[in-house]
Amino acid sequence: MSFVWRRLLGTVPSLIGVVVVTFLLSHALPGDPAAYFAGPAANATSIAQIRAKLGLDRSLPVQFLQYIVDLVHGNLGNSLTTGQPVLTDLIQRLPASIELTFFALAFAVVIAIPMGVWAATRPDSLADHFCRATVSVAAAFPTFFVGLLLVYVFYFLLGVAPEPVGRLNEILYTPPARVTGMYTVDSLISGDWQTFLASLAQLVLPAISLGLFALAPIARITRASMLQALGSDFTRTARAGGLPRSKILVTYAFRNALLPVSNVLGMVFSFLLGSNVLIEQVYGWQGIGAYAVTAVLASDYAAVQGFVLMMAVLYVLLNLLVDLLGTMIDPRVRFES
Amino acid sequence: MTGQLQIDRLSLVFRTRHGAVRALEDVSLSIERGEILGVVGESGSGKSVLAYAVIGLQDPAAEVLGGRILFGGLDMLAASEQARADVRGRELAMIFQSPRTALNPIRKVGRQIEDILRQHANVSSGELRRHAINALARVRIPDPERRYHAYPFELSGGMCQRVMIAMALACSPFLLIADEPTTGLDVTTQAVIMDLIRDLSRSARMSTLLITHDLGLAGEYCDRIAVMHAGHVVEVASVEKLLDHPAHPYTQQLLGATPTPQSTIEGLTAIPGQLPDLRHDLPACRFSARCARRVAACEERPLPWVSIGPDHLVRCQVPL
Amino acid sequence: MRAAALARNVGHAFGENRLTLAAVAILIVLLTCAGFGHALAPYDPLTTDGAAKLLPPNAAHPFGTDALGRDILSRVIVAARLDIGMAISAVLLSFAAGLALGAAAGYFGGWTDRIIGRLMDTIMAFPLFVLAMGIVAALGNSVLNIILATMIINLPFYCRFARGEVNVRRELGYVEAARMGGNRAVPVLIRHIIPNILPPMMVQASLNMGWAILNAAGLSFIGLGVRPPTPEWGIMVSEGASYIISGEWWTFVFPGAALVLAVFCFNLLGDGLRDLLDPRRRI
Repeated sequence: MSFVWRRLLGTVPSLIGVVVVTFLLSHALPGDPAAYFAGPAANATSIAQIRAKLGLDRSLPVQFLQYIVDLVHGNLGNSLTTGQPVLTDLIQRLPASIELTFFALAFAVVIAIPMGVWAATRPDSLADHFCRATVSVAAAFPTFFVGLLLVYVFYFLLGVAPEPVGRLNEILYTPPARVTGMYTVDSLISGDWQTFLASLAQLVLPAISLGLFALAPIARITRASMLQALGSDFTRTARAGGLPRSKILVTYAFRNALLPVSNVLGMVFSFLLGSNVLIEQVYGWQGIGAYAVTAVLASDYAAVQGFVLMMAVLYVLLNLLVDLLGTMIDPRVRFES
Repeated sequence: MTGQLQIDRLSLVFRTRHGAVRALEDVSLSIERGEILGVVGESGSGKSVLAYAVIGLQDPAAEVLGGRILFGGLDMLAASEQARADVRGRELAMIFQSPRTALNPIRKVGRQIEDILRQHANVSSGELRRHAINALARVRIPDPERRYHAYPFELSGGMCQRVMIAMALACSPFLLIADEPTTGLDVTTQAVIMDLIRDLSRSARMSTLLITHDLGLAGEYCDRIAVMHAGHVVEVASVEKLLDHPAHPYTQQLLGATPTPQSTIEGLTAIPGQLPDLRHDLPACRFSARCARRVAACEERPLPWVSIGPDHLVRCQVPL
Repeated sequence: MRAAALARNVGHAFGENRLTLAAVAILIVLLTCAGFGHALAPYDPLTTDGAAKLLPPNAAHPFGTDALGRDILSRVIVAARLDIGMAISAVLLSFAAGLALGAAAGYFGGWTDRIIGRLMDTIMAFPLFVLAMGIVAALGNSVLNIILATMIINLPFYCRFARGEVNVRRELGYVEAARMGGNRAVPVLIRHIIPNILPPMMVQASLNMGWAILNAAGLSFIGLGVRPPTPEWGIMVSEGASYIISGEWWTFVFPGAALVLAVFCFNLLGDGLRDLLDPRRRI
């Protein structure tokens, strides 16, 4: 278990960096944070008041200490638009974003990995070229554009998708009692199949739009690392041992190919979390991305800052998870001192 | 009596973008039961290609033009991939050079042996582990119960090669192909590994095809040696005859270039010239360009097999 | 000999790979639009026409008109300058800054390396688009800041690449010799190291262009940077999005398609350029 602690400790510098940058973004840059915090309707006196109230008239190091103390107490300030503490707002909306990201990732992985494996077992075949072409084309589509196209085709033209009104059509369904905040999970917990199916139906298009761009890196690296693993000496040994093709593909080649795949997952998460913002905007999804867009446009600075910080922390934690998964796959990493 | 392995007039080319490489031409060899046959040649002589063709793992670009490989009763070239896979690991096993990369880096070595046993041996899953540990013990790995749990990166190169041998021999095959099994190992480990291969072959009456560039090594461990040059087998003889009375000029030069305990650096000679480019048109005898004894007949086809004694064959118009 | 090899690679990249040729053709079209957009556009991109609202594509308006009766084709053409301009500026800035920082880190090592490395790690600790949003929000909502944000989030890729390449090369014989000869660090870097790492860095840059376009367009899609009525593909898609439900697809499809085309073109060019410079890495 010691490697878990080591990895955990390894995230500390990243977290410190994240906190420093979010602090600098709001306190040390040109522009007047007090004016942001005061909102568009403020005058000189109210800005001065807010400056004093926020401690912005003190020196940077003192402000930084104050910022850290606030963070430790979970105080991210109050949102101008909702009037609530930013942390409350974010926690309220986070499950929606996590649910969306998870389904998008699941979609990308379920399509991209078999596609990469399939292409790698038939290098330079028509299937291989087809996969590569699909992947390059998918990589050129902006997520938000894909989102809109899917809505147009599947909702407006074909009428098979539900209206893009967010997580649940609340005219027809009541959101399930909040346990995790994820509608699919909560509706299952309360045993409400109809709501479960309805919320799942709402998820399909946004998850596909978000996941589509992640297809390319995963499929590419899967193909490349599978090709390498299939051409490796140990695969040759397995073939010389007369092991069945399925065993060679899965236990020998694929497991070894997984490590490079898990290495690109970090980049994939960076993309998924970032593009969440765009997709939530397109589908009216009430997650933290949509919240942040509203906040940015309204110069609701505490909310933006809280959003950036929360996304960064989430990203650091996801990377940690990926790292630990990699450690489970590869004993060599585990034994590194 | 037919041998354990019978290779008849095997010809094989590689189709590449730069033309066909005639890697093997008219290669015939046989191995008797319990015999250790060395195949010796420079790199590029086709000895590894031959080994891979026997086990059916040749490169996808390889194309067999003619000939047969009979293993037991099975025609390896005509058999289905399924039939060949069934033979591999069970009756026919292979070990490779650079053992550390030849083992799956993220699987315990014990499990890798179990994979072979589960596939071929009639062993219940409860017994698998005991059999795997036995296989490790047989190749004289100290503390096999503990090594069962080791990953390849935790073992030395020599230890990895022992694991490879344990895997290869787990199902008591009839024929072991050892492709440069000691390349990359230090000298003492080389001897230990070769002793191990010889002892196990002898005790199990297993045939062994030893592929090596080292004529000295082959001389020490083999019963018979086949010398390959540029895709041809140029001479086959028992070790004593081949070492004492080489009949092919190439064998003689190879011997001159092989260090022995008695030789000095000055006494060693280099073989002049280099392997011909196998993509081009070649004379009947592919060695003729490098040969001092070349005569007009060397251009004549077909290149003859000349018998110059019991069990001593050479492909040369003017043998020594 | 080298010229012949290069010629062969050029032959491969263009002859065998028709896609690269197509990408060059698209690039020429895009750059023409960016350069002479106003002259090429059939209408003024800002002129509204109350009588011609939301017209579907027709002979007079091949891409239709938007909710204010503006010609979409004209807006798509004129927008090329802003979209490609933003991406190219951001990429050039990251390229220059990343090269300087990376070269310094790789050449001097020690504390310089550690501080720069830590800085880049910190940038990479954020989901990049989120960081870009935060930067634009903090610096102010303007096109210039979109460029700056896009530059910052791309910086680590160039910096790390340059650092690695410089690190390897500073040990090479000819560089060692130049250093031993008493040359100072900056001239050695400029004369002996940087010229050699420019070609692979340029491959990185061209592969990066598509991503920079997507990023800048994404920021303007959510309403940052570019203000209406300025024609820009991201904001046009965003404006057109409201008309999906009523079926006026042309309002968002054409600017979106322009984005796809531009990104696809730069991705293909990047691949082609990589093949040209390093045929071995052709995957």
